[in-house]
Amino acid sequence: MLPELGHFALILALCVALVQGIVPLVGASRGIAPWVALARPAALAQFLFLALALGALVQAFIANDFSVLYVAQNSNTALPLPYRISATWGGHEGSLLLWGVMLGGWTAAVGLLSRRLPELMVARVIAILGLVSTGFLAFMLFTSNPFERLPIPPVEGRDLNPLLQDPGLVLHPPTLYMGYVGFSVAFAFAIAALLSGRLDAAWARWSRPWTIVAWSFLTVGIALGSWWAYYELGWGGWWFWDPVENASLLPWLVGTALMHSLAVSEKRSAFKSWTVLLAISAFSLSLLGTFLVRSGVLTSVHAFASDPTRGVFILILLAAVVGSSLLIYAVQAPKVKSTGQFKLVSRETLMLGNNIVLTVSAASVLLGTLYPLILDALGVGKISVGAPYFNTVFIPLMAPLAVAIGIGPLVRWKQDSPGRIVALLWRFMLISAVAAVLIPLLAYGNVTPLAALGVGLAVWLFLSALVDLRRRLTNKGWGGFLTQPPAYYGMVAGHLGVAATILGVTLTSNYSQERDVRMAPGDSVELGGYSFRFESLSEVPGPNYLASTAEFRVSRNEAEVAVLRPEKRQYMVQTMPMTEAGIDWGFSRDLYIALGESLDDGAWAVRLQYKPFIRWIWLGGLLMAFGGLLAAADRRYRLAAHQERTAMATPLNVPEVS
Amino acid sequence: MRQKQRNRLIIALFVVAGVAVAAGLVLTALNENINLFYSPTQVSQGEAPAGHTLRVGGIVAPGTVQRNPETLEVRFDLTDGANALTIRYRGILPDLFREGQGIVAQGRLGADGRFTADEVLAKHDENYMPPEVQDALHTAEKLGLVKEQE
Amino acid sequence: MQGKYLTPLGVFLLLVILFIAGLGLNPKEVPSPFVGQPAPDFSAPALNAADAAVSRADLQKAPVSLFNVWASWCTACRQEHPFLMELSRRGDVPIYGLNYKDERPAALAWLHRFGDPYVTSAFDQEGQIGIEWGVYGVPETFVVDRQGMVLYKHIGPLTPQVWEERIMPVIRQQTEGSR
Repeated sequence: MLPELGHFALILALCVALVQGIVPLVGASRGIAPWVALARPAALAQFLFLALALGALVQAFIANDFSVLYVAQNSNTALPLPYRISATWGGHEGSLLLWGVMLGGWTAAVGLLSRRLPELMVARVIAILGLVSTGFLAFMLFTSNPFERLPIPPVEGRDLNPLLQDPGLVLHPPTLYMGYVGFSVAFAFAIAALLSGRLDAAWARWSRPWTIVAWSFLTVGIALGSWWAYYELGWGGWWFWDPVENASLLPWLVGTALMHSLAVSEKRSAFKSWTVLLAISAFSLSLLGTFLVRSGVLTSVHAFASDPTRGVFILILLAAVVGSSLLIYAVQAPKVKSTGQFKLVSRETLMLGNNIVLTVSAASVLLGTLYPLILDALGVGKISVGAPYFNTVFIPLMAPLAVAIGIGPLVRWKQDSPGRIVALLWRFMLISAVAAVLIPLLAYGNVTPLAALGVGLAVWLFLSALVDLRRRLTNKGWGGFLTQPPAYYGMVAGHLGVAATILGVTLTSNYSQERDVRMAPGDSVELGGYSFRFESLSEVPGPNYLASTAEFRVSRNEAEVAVLRPEKRQYMVQTMPMTEAGIDWGFSRDLYIALGESLDDGAWAVRLQYKPFIRWIWLGGLLMAFGGLLAAADRRYRLAAHQERTAMATPLNVPEVS
Repeated sequence: MRQKQRNRLIIALFVVAGVAVAAGLVLTALNENINLFYSPTQVSQGEAPAGHTLRVGGIVAPGTVQRNPETLEVRFDLTDGANALTIRYRGILPDLFREGQGIVAQGRLGADGRFTADEVLAKHDENYMPPEVQDALHTAEKLGLVKEQE
Repeated sequence: MQGKYLTPLGVFLLLVILFIAGLGLNPKEVPSPFVGQPAPDFSAPALNAADAAVSRADLQKAPVSLFNVWASWCTACRQEHPFLMELSRRGDVPIYGLNYKDERPAALAWLHRFGDPYVTSAFDQEGQIGIEWGVYGVPETFVVDRQGMVLYKHIGPLTPQVWEERIMPVIRQQTEGSR
């Protein structure tokens, strides 16, 4: 009964989305007020139906309703409850429903939280989002219905893929999707602005908080994914340049550029075309990522069900959304004029460089991701593009960008003098260069060019942030800390987050140590200054698996540091072996043990790893996201306060003119 | 006005130069890091270049897996039915590795004709298309009936 | 002025064309070394009668035969099955099966439930024959001629489209050539 209700709710949501997509848009261009007013309630209604549908699916999982095919494919009575719930988004249909719910959620949020924006603008934004929803819901209902029933329900389900039975799965897809879908708001704002022919500073100001929040979620999502892969896959790697990973990095890179470009558009009325194009691109890349992952055109360990029918549908959706938006851009963009002037040496120039570098790096990653497909389509052969390509291309692009991040906040808008900047900063560049060589040397005994580069950049970013802070606090004393706007601290946190991530990536990539050895109980191995002793092996049953658990005692200079228990699990239903690594985590290093295969006479192949500063990679990501949320909070506060001040000044409520 | 035009020109030059450098970097890196895929038969016919990183795929031929008891060196043959290629690898093999399993090995072909692998990847499952909901009845049967091969 | 604003759209359309082409391809496809070569000889018990044997000689009885690799645990096989039934009804080309890494009772039950399009199926429980034929997964279909040569190998479920566009031309070429 409940699954049927869920199905019905989806159908209702589609109908509402269709109305929501068309009526307010027509109403806005023809000036029909009741049609325009339909936007907000429609958005709310659609979200309500979608939430119902999701609730019905989650309930089916909780209740082990195997008459629902999707539940039977992804769950099992022995599956612990938290994973039965998160299994809802563990497969193609359910994750698509999650996408849809989030889209509905963001749209409803726009409806609820934008009371002070002009009605026509909001109506257009909601309508555009409604059209996107229509596409997604149609896709779901016609090709990927999560509520499909089995006439004869099986007694047991197929179980969730063991790799996905993990706390990381509970959080990673939802946060990632919040980011992907969140960029649709900036997209909708851009299209709405193009349609109305007005791309002014106000538009940029309204778009900013939505974009920043979406970006923050995406940052957390990517960081979570990397962290999850690290401890779950048993190889100690944290980024593989896998097509699905790239699919999340591409919107992030463009989203970062968008975030900064919006700031320039708002403050200086410059870069308008850039910003609009970036807004369209960020969401387009989100959709493209969805296409790549679900259509089967690329092979990836992550890929969902590859079905050409679905692929065709998503491609049509992608073509329709992106194609029409780029067409609107081509028609309307000539009318958009950026009025802000700036000199060669100015913050605008650096921001332009920011846009260009991020766009070029996104394009390079996209090329590397699609190249196998291109060559295959041309009949050249079957190839794969290795990780070295991406590293070779990405690092030389990011390095100058990191230097610019340090300089940017200190450069004036519109016009500045090179002499002033150099005088301000040359000492700190020198210190960074020296630290670049000294720190790795002192900490790890040797220094390579790449290690020096990374450390130097991280130190530079830290020092330049201090320089900026000192400049702002001059003549204000300590009280100055409190008078800085949250947006400033947001920026500081964001940029320091970048520094932390660069530091983590650099140190882990250059100074990790790894050994694959054969060990039997009683054996001891040295690595990274630590001693790893294989104490014992035992068989431990879990809720839906049987584990061979090894106990390792790790010590340093005779003192015990940790006891780790890596496991090799055999899951009952899917009969897949799985590796659970034993990790001793710390701020300055991780110690990582994974069991390989069981060899004869009780010995095991064991992988031991010493990974310095790897946590900093994800902590940097969290810091970046935190910075984003700080900055977003600032905008709304200012907007609300401004409105209150205006309202108090004029006792009459002047209706908004659009 | 001349100043502004000159500034625009400088920016444009920088951008073009930068993009050109980036493009050159991208194309070079791409060319050097494309891993071509070969079957054991193609390798035996001399189609695969030595010394360059490439990928070879096949099935682990039964009875050919040899492990060195002291180190973690392993040797096995990959076959595509017609020809076999001996693969050498040192390290931990993926969980799904076993005889008869589809495997892709990435590494280099030595002058002696043997392949030294840096990475060994196992195919996730032998179904060309993961579960499709074409016939709900069939799936119900399958779930209760047979041990999954995935 | 107008031209440069159309560039993003133009680039995107190129991408779409690429993806359309991409959907038609199969990234998991591996070229078969056997096409144009003699098929490996084999001998295996028949699925439904353990004392009867199936060998390559069976595939050489007709001008052209199909050798279809299937299993009861293979969902994609279920997809191509109605079409195989149709082909066997038409009777132009005999279809022989290779029951790959399966259990006899399960395999027989599967045929009983969904129909048996095969003249007979070879029972390859260990997958040894599959290895010799270079089978990477299921389903796969080989087209074999009277001389025991492999004319074509199709990877994935067999569809009417693939049959018309890829396999029929090969068969026609073969039957015309041998006249």
